[in-house]
Amino acid sequence: MARAVTTRRKIAYTALAWIIGLTIFFPILWTILTSFKTEAAAIADPPVFFNFDWTLENYAVVQERSDYMRYLWNSVALAVGSTVFGIIIAVPAAWSMAFVPAKRTKDILMWMLSTKMLPAVGVLYPIRLILIETGLLDSKAALIFILMMINLPIIIWMLYTYFREIPGEILEAARMDGAGLKAEILYVLTPMAIPGIASTVLLNIILAWNEAFWTLTLTTIDAAPLTAFIASYSSPEGLFYAKLSAASTMAIAPILIMGWFSQKQLVRGLTFGAVK
Amino acid sequence: MATQHSRSAARVMMAPAVFLLLVWMLVPLILTLWFSTLDYRPMRGTFDCCEGLGNYTRFVTSSAFLSSVVTTLQLVGGVLLITVIGGILLANLLDQPIWGQGVVRILVIAPFFVMPTVSALVWKNMFMNPVNGLFAHLFKALGLQPIDWLSQAPLFSIILIVSWQWLPFATLILLTAIQSLDSEQMEAAEMDGAGPISRFYHMTLPHLARSITVVVLIQTIFLLSIFAEIYVTTGGAFGTRTLTYLVYQRVIESQNVGLGSAGGIIAVILANIVALVLMRVVGKNLDA
Amino acid sequence: MGRITLDKVRKAFGDVEVIPPLDLRIEDGEFVVFVGPSGCGKSTLLRLIAGLEDVTDGEIRIDGTDATRLSPSKRGLAMVFQSYALYPHMSVRKNIAFPLKMAGLSQDQIDAKVDGAAKVLNLDSYLDRRPGQLSGGQRQRVAIGRAIVREPSAFLFDEPLSNLDAALRVGMRLEISELHKRLATTMIYVTHDQVEAMTMADKIVVLNAGRIEQVGSPLDLYRAPRNVFVAGFIGSPKMNLITGPEAAKHNAQTIGIRPEHLAVTDGSGTWTGKVGVSEHLGSDTFFHVTVEGFETPLTVRAGGEVSLHYGDTIHLTPDPAQLHRFDAQGLRIA
Repeated sequence: MARAVTTRRKIAYTALAWIIGLTIFFPILWTILTSFKTEAAAIADPPVFFNFDWTLENYAVVQERSDYMRYLWNSVALAVGSTVFGIIIAVPAAWSMAFVPAKRTKDILMWMLSTKMLPAVGVLYPIRLILIETGLLDSKAALIFILMMINLPIIIWMLYTYFREIPGEILEAARMDGAGLKAEILYVLTPMAIPGIASTVLLNIILAWNEAFWTLTLTTIDAAPLTAFIASYSSPEGLFYAKLSAASTMAIAPILIMGWFSQKQLVRGLTFGAVK
Repeated sequence: MATQHSRSAARVMMAPAVFLLLVWMLVPLILTLWFSTLDYRPMRGTFDCCEGLGNYTRFVTSSAFLSSVVTTLQLVGGVLLITVIGGILLANLLDQPIWGQGVVRILVIAPFFVMPTVSALVWKNMFMNPVNGLFAHLFKALGLQPIDWLSQAPLFSIILIVSWQWLPFATLILLTAIQSLDSEQMEAAEMDGAGPISRFYHMTLPHLARSITVVVLIQTIFLLSIFAEIYVTTGGAFGTRTLTYLVYQRVIESQNVGLGSAGGIIAVILANIVALVLMRVVGKNLDA
Repeated sequence: MGRITLDKVRKAFGDVEVIPPLDLRIEDGEFVVFVGPSGCGKSTLLRLIAGLEDVTDGEIRIDGTDATRLSPSKRGLAMVFQSYALYPHMSVRKNIAFPLKMAGLSQDQIDAKVDGAAKVLNLDSYLDRRPGQLSGGQRQRVAIGRAIVREPSAFLFDEPLSNLDAALRVGMRLEISELHKRLATTMIYVTHDQVEAMTMADKIVVLNAGRIEQVGSPLDLYRAPRNVFVAGFIGSPKMNLITGPEAAKHNAQTIGIRPEHLAVTDGSGTWTGKVGVSEHLGSDTFFHVTVEGFETPLTVRAGGEVSLHYGDTIHLTPDPAQLHRFDAQGLRIA
């Protein structure tokens, strides 16, 4: 039952919430706006918000400087590839932990999560070396594997929490109905867990998309994703705010758009399945 | 709750994940451990055996080590403090009846989607730049002297940037938790004469305890390995060198793999201590 | 066929023995009810038979063949769960068809069987709905439908009616009994409700702390409970159990008399007491009578129209032929 609230209070709350919401969103909005300005307008003081000459020139310059589509394709391949393989490995593991819990299940889960706490720099050099020796440096395959490994604990944990919401009796019913393990997971568990799996997939695509340590240190050209695309703007170079904004917008737009269209699953996924 | 069949099936199904994670953890770790006992500087072509614990003592006794640990703790602690407190306040605000709640929620979670490199670059140049940044414009408009954020208050600036990225996450988890609070319980407390503040203190906060631990756990996991934000903004200068970054500098920038590897192992050990403490606290609270 | 034999079946979770070695024979076509208080191991026993739990020791035979190590999907049994355990993402039709699909039947055969089952269970008009759109009773029927299409050698029911409201429960009880008569297939039914046990069973197995207290037909159990536990568990309201000097008069540790075997007598009677709370059900009235020297009040059944009031003094006389006597071990004295 909704609690009775006076309109005046509602107006106050609404105003406050919108002010804070817009403040938090402002850097993104500002970046998008600036991407359509000329370099001069980008640093104008006082700043201009909408009353400037809109231009697409920056996008053209950025595209000319580095082939956006190639970086975009690499980002998509890395994010989707690592997530899909991660899910394939995680579903059986999460099934085991959720439905055949043993005394050590929780320890194993915590161990898996703790591997995520290992500082990546500690092992960067050996991994670089292995990749150089195997000729896999700057290859998508290697990065897909690495991104999968760093997100695997999170994927397993999320799926585990979602699976635990599914009553074990339903899986037992499937067993009584003559389903083997494969049928149980394929026809009963997975379809029931689709919302949870979708949330997991979305969140991990974002995490992989934004991953900026391994993708920066292990790629040069062939496998470089958008993190590398944007990193080329990291050293200041004359007037470059508008171009930087255009490149930034191009780097974050796909994820922002995806987030917009899958808000519900994403919000659920953002809680890592840990809070209902 | 299970039969022999399902238990052995469970073992088989766990195997790939456990095996991969073990390999992923052990192989590089063992190599790092090996390197850490060598005098290994590839640029100079040095690859000499048997430094023993020399690299470790050199790493730990260098003045950079202690300050990097302190910086790491300040960074993680600062971001946790801001995001948890800010998250609680913001979540409570968003839980109130407001017009356009869905849109506000999207605005608030948007920073989470932004690549760390992008957000660091945007903040560094377009907001914190002492000449052309928006903050500088703002300060000038108010008649104040603009400050060079990243050299005058570098750690604070980085904490600000990182908090901006993680506040959405904390807010969202806490909002979800608040919304799951039983409204009958709240009404009962109201009937018992509890005012809004004591309701918040005695009902909402304890209810949020579990979610706060989740926020702390997950954020710590990610914050300990913060890299891009520092790389892009200060490059580790001005007292923003975290342990992670220090190791990175030793291995990649100065190409002293032996020393850096020792640092990496120390970082792993420290991270494990943090992990252990967190798991202890959180594991109980999590009932994952 | 559905003859199930349990031979010295034992179940332990770690060090905790929940079912001490136990023997049981279930004949083909029997309706057997496992009844007992919660935590008595009845559901565990059912799950052992289903294969959802491993037996620790002993042997389970289904139609003479050893099924102890067989996986649930290979035992040829069907189960109806307390929560119904319907597949929420499948339509009713797909739910019922699932075991047939698993058995590899052709689509034509599946359709024919599903339609047949739907007709029997009055589900024809719901076949395209999802379980979430059905009432509790309808879900129950779908669960049963999913069980019967497999033509199992035995049905297992795990407290199937406990999630239904009282009125529906009576209806479903009749439907399941009706189904048993028609199919003549073995059914094993677990419940904590002795009324369900009494009304449905051919054979009741009373369990307590993992042990079988008594096996017999409902009337056997009612007439001659083997021990105090069964005496107190079977029958509604509960049998009055009296200890102390009154029992000693009958050379017993405990004597038992059912409420319906106590007569209210005018003027004088074996026992004299004060009327406490009375429960009027219309057809019957139950009085709770406090008798001097008895630890607990006696429950007495009287006709529907008897008018006695709180605090009245009444005289009670037990029917001597219906008096049960139990020794110090709680066992029945013949």
